[in-house]
Amino acid sequence: MMAGSSMFDLTLAQARAALRARKISAADLTNAYLGAIEALNPELNAYITVTPELARAQAAAADAALARGEHAPLTGIPLAIKDLFCTEGVRTTAGSRILSNFVPPYESTVSGNLLRDGAVFLGKANLDEFAMGSSNMTSAYGAVTNPWSQPGGNARLVPGGSSGGSAAAVAARLALGATATDTGGSIRQPASFCGLAGIKPTYGRCSRWGVVAFASSLDQAGPIARNAEDCAILLGSMAGHDPKDSTSADVAVPDFAAACARGVRGLRIGVPREYRMDGMPPEIEALWQRGLGWLRAEGAEIVDVSLPHTKYGLATYYIVAPAEASSNLARYDGVRFGLREAGADLTELYEATRASGFGAEVKRRILIGTYVLSAGYYDAYYLRAQKVRALILQDFTRAFHDVDALVTPTTPSAAFAQGEKMDDPIKMYLNDVFTVPANMAGVPGMSIPAGLDDAGLPLGLQVLGRPFDEQTVFAVAATLERAAGFTALPSMRAGVRA
Amino acid sequence: MTYTLEGNTGTWEVVIGLEVHAQVISQSKLFSGASATYGGEPNTQVSFVDAAFPGMLPVINRECVRQAVRTGLGLNAHINLVSRFDRKNYFYADLPAGYQISQYAHPIVGSGTIEIELADGTSKPIGVTRLHLEQDAGKSLHDQSPTKSFIDLNRCGVALMEIVSEPDLRSPEEAGAYLRKMRTILRYLGTCDGNMEEGSMRADVNVSVRHHGEPFRTRCEIKNVNSVRYVMLAIEAEAKRQITVWEDGGAVQQETRLFDVARGITRSMRSKEDAHDYRYFPDPDLLPLVLEEDWVAALRTQLPELPDAKKSRFMHQFGLPVYDAGVLVAEQATADFYETLATGRDPKQAANWMMGDFFAALNRTGRDIGNSPVSAANLGELLDLMADSTINGRIAKEVLEEMVETGETASAVVARKGLRQVTDTGAIDAAVEQVLAGNPDKLAEFRGGRDKLFGFFVGQVMKAMAGKGNPALVNEALKRRLG
Amino acid sequence: MALDPATIHRIAKLARIRIEDWQAAQLEQELNGILGWIEQLNEVDVEGVEPLTGGAQMAMKMRDDVVTDGNIRDLVLANAPEREGVFYAVPKVVE
Ligand SMILES: [Mg+2]
Ligand SMILES: [Zn+2]
Repeated sequence: MMAGSSMFDLTLAQARAALRARKISAADLTNAYLGAIEALNPELNAYITVTPELARAQAAAADAALARGEHAPLTGIPLAIKDLFCTEGVRTTAGSRILSNFVPPYESTVSGNLLRDGAVFLGKANLDEFAMGSSNMTSAYGAVTNPWSQPGGNARLVPGGSSGGSAAAVAARLALGATATDTGGSIRQPASFCGLAGIKPTYGRCSRWGVVAFASSLDQAGPIARNAEDCAILLGSMAGHDPKDSTSADVAVPDFAAACARGVRGLRIGVPREYRMDGMPPEIEALWQRGLGWLRAEGAEIVDVSLPHTKYGLATYYIVAPAEASSNLARYDGVRFGLREAGADLTELYEATRASGFGAEVKRRILIGTYVLSAGYYDAYYLRAQKVRALILQDFTRAFHDVDALVTPTTPSAAFAQGEKMDDPIKMYLNDVFTVPANMAGVPGMSIPAGLDDAGLPLGLQVLGRPFDEQTVFAVAATLERAAGFTALPSMRAGVRA
Repeated sequence: MTYTLEGNTGTWEVVIGLEVHAQVISQSKLFSGASATYGGEPNTQVSFVDAAFPGMLPVINRECVRQAVRTGLGLNAHINLVSRFDRKNYFYADLPAGYQISQYAHPIVGSGTIEIELADGTSKPIGVTRLHLEQDAGKSLHDQSPTKSFIDLNRCGVALMEIVSEPDLRSPEEAGAYLRKMRTILRYLGTCDGNMEEGSMRADVNVSVRHHGEPFRTRCEIKNVNSVRYVMLAIEAEAKRQITVWEDGGAVQQETRLFDVARGITRSMRSKEDAHDYRYFPDPDLLPLVLEEDWVAALRTQLPELPDAKKSRFMHQFGLPVYDAGVLVAEQATADFYETLATGRDPKQAANWMMGDFFAALNRTGRDIGNSPVSAANLGELLDLMADSTINGRIAKEVLEEMVETGETASAVVARKGLRQVTDTGAIDAAVEQVLAGNPDKLAEFRGGRDKLFGFFVGQVMKAMAGKGNPALVNEALKRRLG
Repeated sequence: MALDPATIHRIAKLARIRIEDWQAAQLEQELNGILGWIEQLNEVDVEGVEPLTGGAQMAMKMRDDVVTDGNIRDLVLANAPEREGVFYAVPKVVE
């Protein structure tokens, strides 16, 4: 048996090997993580709900299976589940007060796939309310603190969002991996802010069934983990065709982990010139160039490409996503589940329930979405946005005629302080400028930690690929990862302050 | 025969368009696997998808698509090989998602036409603008509690076809004829049972009035009228209301109204007051619905013979007058019954018997063709017994009464009651003698030139033979004896 | 296309979110900021471009017409804030 603290040093792949070799038990692993949560979660607030009994029962079942010599891809691996995935019998809040008492009688397809493959669920990870945010400041269950901080500084940083709880949990070693979702960057941006790997797969790769919807045409589930290989293992379990989701693609799930070892020799890597934006910190530009250099050294050809509509991605996103959200969130009306506030008549009941159940950012987006769809404005806003969206997709389609993948920075900055950018929604929205286009086009995108900024905070590079070609994305990301040799760790983590 | 209403300022014409909501015949709902059948215990035919739980997604039912395409083909309409689903957003207690999935911009079926038949024997083509698939809503029960409405979601998500007509209808009669014809076509196709009482076919009625030659004026929509008769009454009531508004110097407001059956008036629907901004947009949970041309072509070749085609075939093949053919094709079961009955027999006699004595007997016993105790084969046997002179027409009516009463075959009734026609000339002659002997005064009058009394003697002989005498032989025997 | 307070209230009404007057003033400023920023899309030449409606580029699969769901009344009603017997209950609706 392994000592408590070194257990946290194992990656998911290493823990899996140790479990299979019976060097550690699932019970010990789970208990170690539950202990770490108990110690650190009060400070980080990465979990909204922790489910120790359930986790221990699942770990015991995993140990029994391992004892029989049976193992599925994730047998005994403790994970955090973003609280946007409905989990049967376990409260699911979507980070909102309006679902504060909602206990789903069903399991989302993605979390069900993980359970099928033997995973242990530690609890439900915090997030921006209804996944609307880039800082995790909008959760009704409180902000999440990034386990990273500037050496010597005492400002609490945001972990990014909306999957901020997932990223903080994995970074602080309160889980071996986590599920997340990405509508405009909500996997890649927090992964980047927390020094982790995270992939938003191709739209349609993971089922949306049982995932609380934000913007249906953009939402995609994916993993956040410590490295590319761990992400590959998790995505292999999460992905797959689901007849219950009409937008789920009926395509085979390849061996993503094997793709991590492929290398980039002979690949053409595109560098979109429009991602070089005014005011981008020079260290991010430098990191980008360094990453391209590593790929060139590994035998890739670096090619300049143009994605001319990049700068319109965000504005397009802030029409399409709120429009869909305004409709998707109409079901939270106080009648069949969730919060209800009293009202003299039905309309008052609706208005009171939704006024009290939704937070400011959610209301803002519902109102924007309602407005851009309303009579007289549809063509000017929504229809025009859909046309620009078509042009953004066309940009990618053209680029991928010429190159196998694109490499860009993940975010225009490293993690910022809690409370920063809160006064100006647009400033906050600009966080997603590099990540949003992939959602608009439905293509896969991954963030991989590539270095630290001058203040010692992690920065990520983003790899974008062709639809359903996550294998190339993994190959490029894993190559960057090996070259970067990113070994820095956040100051707050299990095994250090546990 | 134009329908008009007289006002103080002259003659008004009524302009009517109908939106028929027809529930698709299917096992399960349009986007969920819950049962679509009528009459389940409250909230038992509800899935998490129907109740719009978080994360639930719609998956379309192939059969509902097939039924919509078949209906479109039956309405001579254009089938759109690419269509899509939109969300119609509004808040209502029995609309769990806060939106109805419908087809707004790109319906599955485009324009078509149906012929309606009017009482004066003329027919008129009525344009069908479109047919689209959409979800039904749930049901709010307002009369179970003084302070609460109760919500039952069983119907929520059941597939509806909304069939929209052009504003081509000009009278309550035409609207009634349109609805009856629509129901007939849907029933022939087996795509909707057309049952307005159970709500599986409902109509929204758009009504406006104008003076002849004017452009259209503002219309009002009367929601959810659930019988043909109420549609006709609602149109008249609404048209009169609008005429009064215009003639009093006011202006009709475009709005949604309800028909108050008890008071025979329409009234404004408060709950729909602000529901006019539906914010339609393409449902991002669903992909474009793309149909294969071959699949549609195959459905076209597999369509049953529809009422108009059947009617003209009946006229040609069986030599029926237009009225008879119209009555006989109004229901598929009636047409099938008739066709079995008429084949190999005198078709006109078959039609007369069906539409006369047979329908009367069914009516009297409160039945219809669907649960008739007399099959087409059995009624055919009765006609055959007449044709081969086993019984005469008068006895046949009596036999038919028994058949409807007991469900026996014609030959069984004839045998049990000894109704076989008498063709034995000896027996007939004996009856003739008996009647003449019993009526010496009438005989004398006849001999004196009152030829009309011949009929009297025929009647008396038939009576003496308990109706079973062969009428031709009785005539012959009397002629011989009196001639 | 700037939003005025009346429009804010109309939109909030459509969205069934009660807002107080002080919120309307703040929302007016925020929403107009966002909408003004969004107006950069007017620079894009979208002449002749087919709108992209969804995230997936494929045709829709259809399911078979089989009853596979329902008969879960207790589960469907289990989360209801208010129920009366086998129904959801809401304040009485007047039509
Ligand atoms: Mg209508
Ligand atoms: Zn409708």
